[in-house]
Amino acid sequence: MSPKNILQGENTDEFDGVGMEGNLQCGDQMMVVIKVDKEKEVITDCQWKTYGCASAIASTSILSEMVKGRTLDDAFNISPKEVAMELGGLPDHKIHCSVLGDKALRAAINDFYTRNGMLDKVKQSQVKIVCQCMSISDHDIEDAVLEGARTYFELQERTKLGTVCGQCKDEAESLLEKFKHIHFGA
Amino acid sequence: MKVYFDNNATTPLHPEVKKELTAAMEMFGNPSSMHSYGREARANVEDARSRVARFIGAHENEIVFVGSGSEANNTVLSLFVCSSGQCIPGLKMRNTIITTKIEHPCVLETSDCLAHRGVKVKYLDVDQYGKIYLDQLDSMLDDSVGLVSVMMANNEIGTMQDIAAITEMVHERGAYMHTDAVQAVGKVPVDVSKLGVDFLTISGHKIYGPKGVGALFVKNGIPYCPFIRGGHQEKGRRAGTENTLGIMGLARAVDMRVLEMDDEHQRLLVLKQALRKGIEERIDDIYFNGHPTDSLAGTLNVSFPGAEGEAILLYLDLEGIAVSTGSACASGSLDPSHVLLATGVDAERAHGSIRLSLGRESSMEEVDYVLDVLPRTIERIRNMSTAYIKGGLHATSR
Repeated sequence: MSPKNILQGENTDEFDGVGMEGNLQCGDQMMVVIKVDKEKEVITDCQWKTYGCASAIASTSILSEMVKGRTLDDAFNISPKEVAMELGGLPDHKIHCSVLGDKALRAAINDFYTRNGMLDKVKQSQVKIVCQCMSISDHDIEDAVLEGARTYFELQERTKLGTVCGQCKDEAESLLEKFKHIHFGA
Repeated sequence: MKVYFDNNATTPLHPEVKKELTAAMEMFGNPSSMHSYGREARANVEDARSRVARFIGAHENEIVFVGSGSEANNTVLSLFVCSSGQCIPGLKMRNTIITTKIEHPCVLETSDCLAHRGVKVKYLDVDQYGKIYLDQLDSMLDDSVGLVSVMMANNEIGTMQDIAAITEMVHERGAYMHTDAVQAVGKVPVDVSKLGVDFLTISGHKIYGPKGVGALFVKNGIPYCPFIRGGHQEKGRRAGTENTLGIMGLARAVDMRVLEMDDEHQRLLVLKQALRKGIEERIDDIYFNGHPTDSLAGTLNVSFPGAEGEAILLYLDLEGIAVSTGSACASGSLDPSHVLLATGVDAERAHGSIRLSLGRESSMEEVDYVLDVLPRTIERIRNMSTAYIKGGLHATSR
């Protein structure tokens, strides 16, 4: 196991964008730093550090190799599934460990845009509240799917979504199918 | 070098057990059959029963052979969801179970399930070393309590409970006492006549016996109801044709424990002390989990903040060293060890914990090898950890 592109030392000053996701209490944290060719908006270097398990280490190592030479736009859209495929697959219960790397990469790209006054390019991943009663967002649904929810009932067990008025059921079910498809090809 | 420091998960078969199993493979009769094949098998099973009974100070008719420690624990707890007079006075009278927050999942999940079926379950807290508070138990014990289940030695941190004292309190209030002694039997002296417990769980594969076999001690005269029904085996207490090979292997494992346990205990204490001291001297910023003295001789649980447990486990595995971790990642859930959290350890320390559990084959050479590999493994993982970057949680600690 020889992970590539680990940031040596503690200093991130020489990089053009820094992204951090997760936290130590939750058991995983990821930092991705990038250098950017500002003319071409192409990533020239990508390094990282993680407090995370082997899946997080492996997937971020692969990701850091994949993004070099790609445009910011292109890199921003790399999905966890692509990374997992590049790795030769991950067990289902390990998928959620691997998504942190590309979340941190997107944060680093947004950080680059912010620093360079390109605020119009900052892509916020829009959070949409699906269940108004319990305040459950599409991100919460995605997390629940990554943590193992496969049916509407399991989704409800994990998020309490749709347990009050029930009006969000159709939208939640279609998001459930969408995230199952994105992350597990199901 | 290969080092197996995961003996609390399971143990290699004792060479004598292997011999016993190999010889016993020729004996295939069903102990329930009346012909010579059956009688031979029956004689062997009953001989095994008396040896297991003797080992824990029980009468032979107090031993029920089961398929695992988990089955034994499920059996005892499930005596509850029944209002028959034969079982522990059911839902109407004594409908409360008390257990602890650090039990094995087979007790905790069964308790959760019982709660859905109308049984009231209370969970005892533990102190920073994993010991229950006797005064909390005292305050929980009232006439509604039917059963108390407290594990004798914890699988993750090795902490031992004073089962005799707990049992005395429980009996004073008229409740029954169960202890999951899977990690204790065969490592420390266990005598049910001294402990006074009503039920006690034993597993074969934790003491160099085969997997798929365990034993449940049920004190004579205590209400009992089978968990697996539909056969007269085990005097109607556990249906299913006896696992003759497993039972004979368990008995042989127990015989060997009688011969080896005391010396091994002393030897493991020395090894653990060397391991503990070596880790302390060579690695900064560490925490040992569990009771410093009142703990299993072979179990050492240690946290390395800034390093994630599953990563430690896999890097050690690449060097031939097998350990386990309390990290969430290794468990398949998102929560780290419930045992460590119950002792008040914060989530980061729990995620960064590993358990080294030594056994009869462990040696000082192996301890030295681990002390050689572990410091550079931790250094390597901490070097790639976000915990030490500018603004990170441990930014100033190195």
